[in-house]
Amino acid sequence: MANVQIEPLAGKARRQMPADLGIVMVMVGVALVFEVLGWIFQGQSFLMNPQRLTIMILQVSVVGIIAIGVTQVIITGGIDLSSGSVVAMTAMVAMSFAQATGYERAVYPSLTGLPVLVPLAVGLGLGLLAGMVNGVLIARTGIPPFIATLGMMVTARGFAKWYTKGQPISFPSDGFAAIGEGALPVFIFLGVAVLFHILLKYTRYGKFTYAIGANAQAARVSGINVQRHLVKVYALAGLLAGLAGIVTAARAETAQAGMGMMYELDAIAAAVIGGTSLSGGRGKIFGTVIGTLILGLMMSGFTFLRVDAYYQEIVKGIIIVAAVVADTYRQKARSKGA
Amino acid sequence: MISERTREAIARVNTRAGDTILEIEGIRKEFPGVVALDDVQFRLKRGTVHALMGENGAGKSTLMKIIAGIYAPDRGTIRLRGDQVTLNGPLDALERGIAMIHQELALMPYMTVAENIWIRREPRNRLGLIDHAAMAERTRALFERLSIAIDPLAEVRFLTVAQRQMVEIAKAVSYESDVLIMDEPTSALTETEVEHLFRIIRDLKARGIGIVYITHKMNELFEIADEFSVFRDGQYVGTHPSSEVTRDDIIRMMVGREITDMFPKQEAQITDTILSVRGLTLAGVFHDISFDLRKGEILGLAGLVGSGRSNVAEALFGVNPASSGTILIDGHEVQITSPAVAMTQGMAFLTEDRKETGCFLQLSILENMQIAMLQEKNVRMGFVEQRAVNSQCDEMKEALRVKTPNMAERIGNLSGGNQQKVLIARWLLTRPRILILDEPTRGIDVGAKAEIHRLISRLAGEGVAVIMISSELPEVLGMSDRILIMHEGHMTGILDRAEADQVKIMELAAR
Repeated sequence: MANVQIEPLAGKARRQMPADLGIVMVMVGVALVFEVLGWIFQGQSFLMNPQRLTIMILQVSVVGIIAIGVTQVIITGGIDLSSGSVVAMTAMVAMSFAQATGYERAVYPSLTGLPVLVPLAVGLGLGLLAGMVNGVLIARTGIPPFIATLGMMVTARGFAKWYTKGQPISFPSDGFAAIGEGALPVFIFLGVAVLFHILLKYTRYGKFTYAIGANAQAARVSGINVQRHLVKVYALAGLLAGLAGIVTAARAETAQAGMGMMYELDAIAAAVIGGTSLSGGRGKIFGTVIGTLILGLMMSGFTFLRVDAYYQEIVKGIIIVAAVVADTYRQKARSKGA
Repeated sequence: MISERTREAIARVNTRAGDTILEIEGIRKEFPGVVALDDVQFRLKRGTVHALMGENGAGKSTLMKIIAGIYAPDRGTIRLRGDQVTLNGPLDALERGIAMIHQELALMPYMTVAENIWIRREPRNRLGLIDHAAMAERTRALFERLSIAIDPLAEVRFLTVAQRQMVEIAKAVSYESDVLIMDEPTSALTETEVEHLFRIIRDLKARGIGIVYITHKMNELFEIADEFSVFRDGQYVGTHPSSEVTRDDIIRMMVGREITDMFPKQEAQITDTILSVRGLTLAGVFHDISFDLRKGEILGLAGLVGSGRSNVAEALFGVNPASSGTILIDGHEVQITSPAVAMTQGMAFLTEDRKETGCFLQLSILENMQIAMLQEKNVRMGFVEQRAVNSQCDEMKEALRVKTPNMAERIGNLSGGNQQKVLIARWLLTRPRILILDEPTRGIDVGAKAEIHRLISRLAGEGVAVIMISSELPEVLGMSDRILIMHEGHMTGILDRAEADQVKIMELAAR
């Protein structure tokens, strides 16, 4: 009897630990490589510098927030290319409602000094709306998510530029700027991560998300309203992109139409490095958080080593592909071995 | 190069009509959980059409795929023109003169007829580029030989199914194939097209080509086939010239199984009507289906593949809703527009294809089992009441004897029988009143099969109304209280348990 009780647990541990542990090990490995290179080339420690680490996480917090939304989209078997542009769009619009009292060259001179809740609501609402448009397009017309969100990517970026005819928007109220102050973006990122971890793991929403990604046909036959659920998933991704836009604008204390450029690709990379499968049905928020940190470590590490920015991109590209290749092999080994 | 090929072709033609061209002996093929073919033999003579007959799942398709090089047999020998051969894939088979006309035609829609036929063998000009003029000319010559009237430069997507079939045949002939495999070639053709096809087949026969022909249509058998071989449950039954037998003889050979005590149906109390279906129609798929289903009753749905059985089930459950007709549950008319709606009416539907529409292969047994029960109950404020769900799932796992140490195991790692049990558990956890089972025991081993039969019987005993689709006649006969038989989208009869037997069902199903 005791054996029967223990065996399943052992089986579970054997099967589930490596996936999560593997990605953490990769992160530790990357950190250690920079640590060693740091002592060799810079004569100092990479990791023993709390300030550097804080800045590192701060730098990737915005990408991390959208990566969480993108992760759940990818789990359904879809993709969201629009998040970077939605960041710019919501940054612009939110900022225009967040300008300090009496600022003469404000976008809406009569609407300065509004309570911080207004730009927050506007930004989140706009993000949600963009995501819903994505979701409705994909669910109702059946066009591929790649195309629908590509359209939103171009449109939202265009909207951000059109909004002020390319002019940046500055001088936020203190309340709005406070959102981006200090380490607050890091806590927002981690808070969102915890929330979505719970959402995906313990709620019906999460169960349906995985089911649709694993087999949309079977999900439908099991009584899931696949279309309606997809709208929710893309809407939430949009909401998080909106939040990311607000954080970006608040932290920079300015909004520009060029913000969030290529963030969508970093977010997808973070999710994929973290073990989310582009074919759907598999992925974890925890993995995405680690994936985001790996991206941050690389960025910060290369800067620390004074590596040319051009090399950084080359290496980043290679690492993203290598992560997916490694994951593909791991999956194959897993389905064969069992 | 060309002269060598020509010489080979001449050698092929020089062998006399009536000679054995293909001979197969002692073939065995196993798939996980099932023996598809066991010690099967087959012999094809030059210049004849040889039909493969058998119920669904008898092993015809597997045999055909072995001949075409798609499957490698586990045991047995294949002799082609007297020499023992091993076929390394369909391409190898094609180059050795065995061509298959696919049921789902395998042509490239956006390429021309000529390009499709000569793919990989395109004539080239002096610059090494493809010589389209020469290719069209070759195609024209080929078509003339076969009296086919199709423009070689037309894109395949603009052709009718019949024309595509002609192109496939021409392609096979262009390889100088002398073994041609045709799988239900007439299923999508009109009568005139069938006549044209038969003319071409007779012409091919006269050229000394041997044709392996699969059909469910008895009439065709007598019109076109010279010989036929019958298979049953993966076993070879016999070969006869078609001139020496009657239709009834063939049906008897196909179904000649005894019903054993494998189907432990218990008497169930059959009470009120729960489901009434009136004139259910899905335009172009099935027409005017009407029946009643009562609590505690098992209604068998029999018919050949393509008769529309599964489509009726899908319409009832809202997967592909019917275009007209009414569905009454407990005497009230309901509009079943989606599976979610069907589930609110207490319906459950085990689909035919475990992989395509059943399992979430990458997810765990638990996730697979619980997904349908999370609709209304078992969820509070959006949160899954996992403790309660787990205990229900564990209970169901025990009751159905799903063999796994661990509910976190991926369902993809289970055997077919255990996967099926998990899917049945998924639906039983929704506490259905009407349970639709499409091929509940397909592709699973005998032990699991008997367990599932016992379970179905027990559910009926508890008052669940069951609709069971099955291609296995003994299963239908053993389990059902009544049997509805379909043929080409139409109901051809409802038989009571007492009056039904295999021959009667086959007569209604095969016409």
